Amino acid sequence: MKEMYDVLVIGAGVVGCSIARELSKYKLKILVVEKGEDVASEGASKANSAILHAGYDPVPGSLKAKLNVRGNEMYDELCKDLDVPIKRTGSLVVAFSEEEAKELYELFDRGIKNGVKGLSLITKDMVKEIEPHINDTVVAALYAKTAGIICPYGYTIAVAENAAQNGAEFVFNSEVTDIKKNGDFFIVKTHKEEFYSKYVVNAAGLYSDVINNMVGAKPFSVHPRKGEYLILDKDQGYLARTVIFQVPTKMGKGILVSPTVDGNLLIGPTSEDIQDKEFKATTKEGLNKAITVAKRSVDKFDVRKTITQFTGLRATPDTEDKDFIIGESDVKGFINAAGIESPGFTAAPAIAEMIRDILKDAGLQLIEKVDFNPKRKPVIRFTELSDEERNKLIKENPAYGRIICRCETVTEGEIIDVIRRPVGAKSLDGVKRRVRAGMGRCQGSFCGPRVVEILARELNISPLEVTKHGRNSNILTAETKKFLLEKAAEVLKKEVYENA
Amino acid sequence: MLNYDIVIIGGGPAGLGAAVEAYEKGVKNIVIIERDKYLGGILQQCIHNGFGLQEFKEELTGPEYAQRFIDKVEEYDINVMLETMVLEITPDRIVKAVNSKEGVFTIKAGAIILAMGCRERPRGAIMIPGTRPAGILTAGTAQRYVNMEGYLPGKEIVILGSGDVGLIMARRLTLEGAKVKAVVELMPYSSGLTRNIVQCLEDFNIPLLLSHTVIEIHGKDRVEGVTIAKVDENREPIMETAQYISCDTLILSVGLIPENELSQKAGIELDPITGGPIVNEMLETSVPGIFACGNVLQVHDLVDNVTAEARLAANSAIRFIREGEFGKSSIIVKAGNGIRYVVPQKINVDNIEKRIKFRMRPVNVYNNAMLVVKSGDKYLLRQKRQRLTPGEMVDVNLSKDILKNANFEEGIVFLVEEG
Repeated sequence: MKEMYDVLVIGAGVVGCSIARELSKYKLKILVVEKGEDVASEGASKANSAILHAGYDPVPGSLKAKLNVRGNEMYDELCKDLDVPIKRTGSLVVAFSEEEAKELYELFDRGIKNGVKGLSLITKDMVKEIEPHINDTVVAALYAKTAGIICPYGYTIAVAENAAQNGAEFVFNSEVTDIKKNGDFFIVKTHKEEFYSKYVVNAAGLYSDVINNMVGAKPFSVHPRKGEYLILDKDQGYLARTVIFQVPTKMGKGILVSPTVDGNLLIGPTSEDIQDKEFKATTKEGLNKAITVAKRSVDKFDVRKTITQFTGLRATPDTEDKDFIIGESDVKGFINAAGIESPGFTAAPAIAEMIRDILKDAGLQLIEKVDFNPKRKPVIRFTELSDEERNKLIKENPAYGRIICRCETVTEGEIIDVIRRPVGAKSLDGVKRRVRAGMGRCQGSFCGPRVVEILARELNISPLEVTKHGRNSNILTAETKKFLLEKAAEVLKKEVYENA
Repeated sequence: MLNYDIVIIGGGPAGLGAAVEAYEKGVKNIVIIERDKYLGGILQQCIHNGFGLQEFKEELTGPEYAQRFIDKVEEYDINVMLETMVLEITPDRIVKAVNSKEGVFTIKAGAIILAMGCRERPRGAIMIPGTRPAGILTAGTAQRYVNMEGYLPGKEIVILGSGDVGLIMARRLTLEGAKVKAVVELMPYSSGLTRNIVQCLEDFNIPLLLSHTVIEIHGKDRVEGVTIAKVDENREPIMETAQYISCDTLILSVGLIPENELSQKAGIELDPITGGPIVNEMLETSVPGIFACGNVLQVHDLVDNVTAEARLAANSAIRFIREGEFGKSSIIVKAGNGIRYVVPQKINVDNIEKRIKFRMRPVNVYNNAMLVVKSGDKYLLRQKRQRLTPGEMVDVNLSKDILKNANFEEGIVFLVEEG
């Protein structure tokens, strides 16, 4: 008999990984199956606004409201345990007219109903005190003290790593192609293999409808809502201290200006409903829109200081209430954590608790593990160490004295560490998301070749096999002289053939 | 704390030139700090020839040019720290660095010469919409892969930008069997040297599409193609002219930026146009005792000019450690009509021995124009120039006698007069 998992989670985004970690507290056999080559490598957990929402936005009584507020509260302890940087910067919803200011009252009331703590309506002077670089056209703002900023993929990677430390298993490059209920368990097929599991949790983000419909549960659909972003150089980071929103519209919470936890300035997202779930491109119109609207809040940023742009796709459910789709489906043992759009990242740890309870209600036996370790092995961040600590470290391991990424001051030691960790980096982007090598102003021009070399050495593969983000995203295409020889051989063959 | 008379940050052509000059002028307690595993900097990956025509009166490859200096560094036994990264410099000339042997350490420098070179503008900085697949890289990175690591980054290539490194790589990749489908340049002229356009593109029938740009990148995992379009006089793409080119690689050669993060930390004032420090006639930055030369100061076309600049920086550093601070540089040097920038940006005539060399770049292409130096309404110099182009740096030598005629309050202005 093939191995039987207790719970198989589909999707290694922040929701799937949070569920896996939550369940790894119990004596369970857990498997996370991910289509991409890495954690948070494909979907919304990789590309979003990188913030923790306070929770005044969702409709009172909704899952979004409840899980947002609960999730927000959980992050301080989680980030401490998982060694993930977090900053409780607070957020502002800024009104630029008396009319917009009226909307702030509504948001405030909603926040109170949702149980959000630390909300206040503030005057222009107070806004300027909090955000000296905000435009003078500001009239008033809603200030939410509990909002914060965090690196979304950094957090997801940390959660996955800790889940793996506690026994959860992960498989990557494994797109689920079929799920069948076979008596009291499921057979989950991927392109490569099949897995047996008593319960299946659907945390497939934008594809959670496909997975749900595959198993034959009551169908629903999820569509992508595209958001385009720009990231500006760290020398622009001073322009925002909090997350600066504008008064929201029905398409979302609008375009924000925010510092990132690493000190850059983030601008975006736009909001546009599209059909193609694989659309990951930025567009000229989208970027221009993000810039124009952001300038309404803070017009001092210098667009020429843009270091990169990206598009994120929100998994927007096409249900009437637009709420998260969480619960056991009509197929017993198949549980949805689907249609998790904003504030999904903030809600993720609370969603994980909820899924745990749903599994328990569905009959899964939860026996706590005595040896569960909530703490991730601490991460060494060279830039954050004192010189004494650096010297001690370099003496123990000289690789920490070799700077590979000049822009972000990342050492070889740190890169090797993230390749060797559980659920480690396997690609250039994997390294970049974990240690920021290649994420600075030169965008990997200098360190790219060095990281390729380190990956090839550590993974014991040829540099030709090193990819940017898995699949066919190889960085290099041929060895120089070999390529010429192959071409020459072709020509010769052709000549011989023609002469014959 | 270590002590050196001169600390040179960067072991490329600028750093090497400065070190050799300082040693030959008798200052031997010097050190070169280099972040890579070897000296020579970017020259080591420039295996094409054309280096050294002025300096050595012969055509050398990049590594050969570098080796001439490295040999001298070895002969003189000049201190070199390899694989060592400078983390910080302070206005009182303390240099903090790290390597795997010594860990983090500090050096007290009599004078500092900045010679960190430049980096390439990446994709993000030019905002090309589209996907983010593998196969997008800067020309310098491509050069490193091909010439140093022995790998081809792609087989069917489009190059955006006609900077010199891009042109050189068009030829290099062609010689390695790749197909370079086009070099696409936003401006109506190339930003590269004429000799490179002839020898690297024309000789290989590679089309140079002026006034064109890449408007979208396609491909999910690896680049599958780019859409290019002609641009109007405001550099806005004309959508009707859009065409798709299939390729697996997009190489960017869209400009070089002096690497001045360290300088900024030391409070050195930068010129927003050059991206390098504002310097005086001694190539001294706004912080006394810290000098700059080579591509960290301004992006050069020819390494020979870098070497010349490095010599001046070395001699100035020596004078600083022997005589102390220089007098105030009171004449402001400005770029006028048709000139993008001039280096140095300020001068003190008293410090000039006989003459001084100004380096500048035109903003546009001018044929048979007058290059003019004025102070107020007074003409200090008028020179006929057959051709001025942004791709080729312009030198102007001014003698001390001419400069004495300048009006200190009005400063001096370099400009182009047409017709």
